[in-house]
Amino acid sequence: MRIQAWLRTGVRAMVDGLFASVLALLNVPVLVLWLIGLVLSPVPVLGTDLFAVTTTVVRWRANLERWLGARAGIPIRRPYLPPPDRAEQGTRTWFRWIITDPATWRDMAWLLPGAVVGVGLGLIIVAITAYGLIGVGLLPLWLHLGDVWFGYGVYWPTSNNGEGWLALPQGLAILVAGLFVAPLLRTTDVLFARLFLAPTKAAELRLRVAHLTTTRADAIDAQAAELRRIERDLHDGAQARMVAVGMTIGLAERLVRRDPSAALKLLAEARATSTAALVDLRHLVRGIHPPVLAERGLEGAVQALALSLPVPTEVISHLPGRLDTPVESAVYFAVAEALANVVRHSHARSAWVTIGHVAGVLRVAVGDDGVGCADPDRGTGLHGLERRLNAFDGTMAVSSPPGGPTIVTMEVPCALSSPKT
Amino acid sequence: MRVVIAEDLTLLRDGLTRLLEAFDFEVVEAVDNGPDLLPALLGHRPDVAIIDVRLPPTQTDEGLKAAIAARTAMPGFPVLVLSQHVEPLYARELLSDRDGGIGYLLKERVSDVEQFVQAVHRVAAGGTAFDPEVVAQLLARREPLAVLTPREHDVLKHIAEGRSNAAIASRLFITEKVVSKYINNIFAKLGMPPSDDDNRRVLAVLKFLDA
Repeated sequence: MRIQAWLRTGVRAMVDGLFASVLALLNVPVLVLWLIGLVLSPVPVLGTDLFAVTTTVVRWRANLERWLGARAGIPIRRPYLPPPDRAEQGTRTWFRWIITDPATWRDMAWLLPGAVVGVGLGLIIVAITAYGLIGVGLLPLWLHLGDVWFGYGVYWPTSNNGEGWLALPQGLAILVAGLFVAPLLRTTDVLFARLFLAPTKAAELRLRVAHLTTTRADAIDAQAAELRRIERDLHDGAQARMVAVGMTIGLAERLVRRDPSAALKLLAEARATSTAALVDLRHLVRGIHPPVLAERGLEGAVQALALSLPVPTEVISHLPGRLDTPVESAVYFAVAEALANVVRHSHARSAWVTIGHVAGVLRVAVGDDGVGCADPDRGTGLHGLERRLNAFDGTMAVSSPPGGPTIVTMEVPCALSSPKT
Repeated sequence: MRVVIAEDLTLLRDGLTRLLEAFDFEVVEAVDNGPDLLPALLGHRPDVAIIDVRLPPTQTDEGLKAAIAARTAMPGFPVLVLSQHVEPLYARELLSDRDGGIGYLLKERVSDVEQFVQAVHRVAAGGTAFDPEVVAQLLARREPLAVLTPREHDVLKHIAEGRSNAAIASRLFITEKVVSKYINNIFAKLGMPPSDDDNRRVLAVLKFLDA
């Protein structure tokens, strides 16, 4: 397993090395193109459009490099400022957006040195790999053409068939060395690119602000929608029933002397309606903040939830304290939705939930032994909850290969309050 | 019959007191918070206690914890737990000592005065009284006791709610004799040896909850 992983990393680095060096060759034309675009940009109509296209090409090239970085295990975030309205493309505002973004100039600065480093390191990888492959692959040709034809490795030229045969182990050794060296060279290349292509501190902060703005808007939207739902439920449910109770009692009041038995019947009816109103309220409360969550915290509430599911569900949890109420509630509803999906879609025979808090991060996983193929993009349930977790900088990941198992993992950075007494 | 009440909302506490006194109960103490509850229970040793799950100061499950603590100190001490909501989880915890004398009802059941008073008497006598809602929640989730026929399941449900054989018979429109036959079948199928012990009913309910 370990060897397999090592092999995969090595081969991937070799392929990426080839790909990266070819891409790096494009850097120079891309740079020239962009400079032409920049110079021509004052030309009315055509100039701005050309500049837009060339800038897009540059960013496309830089993003490819960032993607290669992620493949090499060093993700590089996109540093660009959020674009203005789509309608403004080609206008002055749009031009200013590109020109004033430091990331634009950092991309420029990278193109040339990036090409040199990328091609240089890439060629080393390509050369090692190719020479190794030649040693292994050309062996039959070697033996066919005779002993003294060419050289390989330490035998140059080969003087007999035996030395020709030795090309095979040499080629293999070189390939193995290449598998070791290629990832290192890739890392070097990516680290160099990162110097230019990663967001600066200021850009990081800008991205963070943008993220916070989005998640805050989402959180407020979700809250407003929730309040509207509660208002509607109260209006159509408990409130309407209490009106009915009042009316029925009023009627009974009028009848109590004239027709006591009818009044009695009305009173019984009023009591039944008041009970129904309470049922409505209880369901509503459960949807807002389940009482068991208030009473027992996340662990107890998830246990109670597991107990009420048609699929046997095991809860393994260790939380030495209570979470903040908002986090607790968001995570609880996320778990509830995940478990509801298990019941609805997975055909699972059993499910499990683990809850733990390590190094300031709450980690909750919900898994089942069902059919898998859960698609988080289908349906809005999980997405809404993910947005809710996002408000706490939380994340949600779904792993669900065909045939299962499905595992939903949630992580939320948060503090635990004082230990339970 | 002497009763201790624990309920933090004044309106409900006074209402409960008045209601119980109208039915010849003697309310020896009505506490409104968690910390005072256990001493009151241990001090008065009432015939039955009626306890709200959620009490100040924490507004969590202090009442439930006090009820369980009291039963640990005085095994079989009859407790009727009231709440705005019912959780099978809590029912299981209340029953975990496998003694009788346990009730767990929604607060709104108080509005059906006669039935409520009956439930209090039943719990005081060592029986059980589980809210139909708890039982319904348990029934809704899975077929826990596949060995039971639907009819036996119905009977077990009524046992869980705390009904006597006579009450079950009238609800299901069958004779008491048939009811006791069903009950014996249930006990046999759940692997409980025949005995006259009232505890068997509790154990059956526990099995039902644990399934």
